[in-house]
Amino acid sequence: MPDLHFKTIAELAVALQTGKTTSVAIVQGVIARTAEVDGRVKAFLSYDAEDALAQAQESDSRRAGGRVLGPLDGIPVGIKDTLAVKNQPLSCASKMLENYVSPFDATCIVKLRQAGAVIYGRLNMDEFAMGSSTENSAYQRTANPWDIERIPGGSSGGSAAAMAAGEAIATIGTDTGGSIRQPAAFCGVVGMKPTYGLISRYGLVAFASSFDQVGPFARTVEDAAILMEAMLGKDELDSTSIEPQGEIDYAAALKKKKGPWKLGVPREFFGEGLDPEVKNSIERAIEWYRNQGCSIIDISLPHSDFAVPVYYVVATAEASSNLARFDGVRYGHRSAEANDMSSLFSKSRGEGFGDEVKRRIILGTYVLSSGYCHAYYLRAQKIRTLIRNDFEKAFEQIDAILTPTSPTPAFKQGERADDPLAMYLSDIYTISVNLAGLPAISIPSGCTENGLPIGLQVIGKAFGEADMFAIANAFEQAHDYHKARPPL
Amino acid sequence: MFMKRSHMDIDYIANLAQIELSDEEKAKMDGQLDEILGYFEKLNAVNVESVESLAHARPFYNVWHQGDEAGPAYNPEVLIKMAPEQRDNQVVVPKVIE
Repeated sequence: MPDLHFKTIAELAVALQTGKTTSVAIVQGVIARTAEVDGRVKAFLSYDAEDALAQAQESDSRRAGGRVLGPLDGIPVGIKDTLAVKNQPLSCASKMLENYVSPFDATCIVKLRQAGAVIYGRLNMDEFAMGSSTENSAYQRTANPWDIERIPGGSSGGSAAAMAAGEAIATIGTDTGGSIRQPAAFCGVVGMKPTYGLISRYGLVAFASSFDQVGPFARTVEDAAILMEAMLGKDELDSTSIEPQGEIDYAAALKKKKGPWKLGVPREFFGEGLDPEVKNSIERAIEWYRNQGCSIIDISLPHSDFAVPVYYVVATAEASSNLARFDGVRYGHRSAEANDMSSLFSKSRGEGFGDEVKRRIILGTYVLSSGYCHAYYLRAQKIRTLIRNDFEKAFEQIDAILTPTSPTPAFKQGERADDPLAMYLSDIYTISVNLAGLPAISIPSGCTENGLPIGLQVIGKAFGEADMFAIANAFEQAHDYHKARPPL
Repeated sequence: MFMKRSHMDIDYIANLAQIELSDEEKAKMDGQLDEILGYFEKLNAVNVESVESLAHARPFYNVWHQGDEAGPAYNPEVLIKMAPEQRDNQVVVPKVIE
């Protein structure tokens, strides 16, 4: 089979079933492609080819013995460097965890293994998932495969770039404020963030615990649905994980559900700062849904303007607490200069963390500090309630919301690196979804004149993944945008 | 309670956060933090009177371990080996008591 590395999970599952290929051939194809292009893309921090081939061999033997674990059996899945995979490095793209090796598998990894997936590689990211361009990695800059002078988005930039470059069949990322959807949009692939609690966070290095969620990158909506089905479920090891509600046979449901749907378009998402080419692409997508008989309803999410400041107050507060564990004592970087306990902590943290991580810990410490906690942190939490209420009210009359994923296409490397606020604003359309704990997916909706991908975001109701997937799938299957490949 | 635009005492906060910053880092961060805190002032425009605060998008309750059973544990040697400095199966740290 030619170009194995650009196939979908669904296509490869059929090819495996009919004996047209093997898991070993697929993994070899992906490794060969990685060797060919990753010198330019730099999506992977490392990969263990031997380990991946051993897993593939196991899958092929299982299949030869008549046992198949499902559509993911034998499919290589790349992993963001923030999820624990037993005996593999886990650095969070930070010097703090340069030599760390995971002693266990994250729950989502256990579940992918149970579904037969081949766990492959460590994908680059912004350090501790803090960033929107993957430029905050302590190790390397990942390029956008559509234009290697541009960033792939972030923080899951490696996961998105690997998909666009054909270095993976599927990848896993994490999304705290848009870290799956924004890079998916910038790289022209599908990226999905589930309802908060649907996938266990056990084994995910915590950044902002009330927002962090694991989710898939894929070539098609159907593939994302297959990955979600494998990973979801309540987990005793994460008390914030929850029993799934409603339909969870997503891959089957997305083919059955045909609409027409009631789709909300929030006027606040089409104002100042939206790139005209992005606006045009999303308006055309909305028009397409209207022509299919969907009702397009003008809605208002009046507190949208406050989502970015609320998020950066609450997320940095949570980060300052979560990252207190990196103290140079039990694991991670320890300063050689320390001569007492206090300087062991402060020097190890000063040396181990990069600029953006330090900036966020400092901000988070400040907003939680005595005298400021009410003014910042508690006020932000109250506005978070108002933002969630806006969505609840909107969803009384609609099935899903359509928006751009990001206000602009991928920007140039270095363009916003020294302007944290400009960087924060690139997540303006994704962040409110995390504040409200809702599911959302970004799918390709076209390209700019310069050939840069644009993403359409479909936001679902809490536990409304089945409808959200079906709505996204309908658009995808009627267009060829997801089949475009970068000129690498 | 309305916040007033304030300039952060970065030495005080860095000490609370237990992060050593160089003078260069402080100088660079100072202006950036001012800009971000200025942006946060937006939040003053919202009337939050009688609004409940939200720590999580969904309600969560304390989990009381009922029938908590001991499961497989890690070999302590494996975990202690992760420490940057260890001796005799213990983590080595600088002297704590004078």
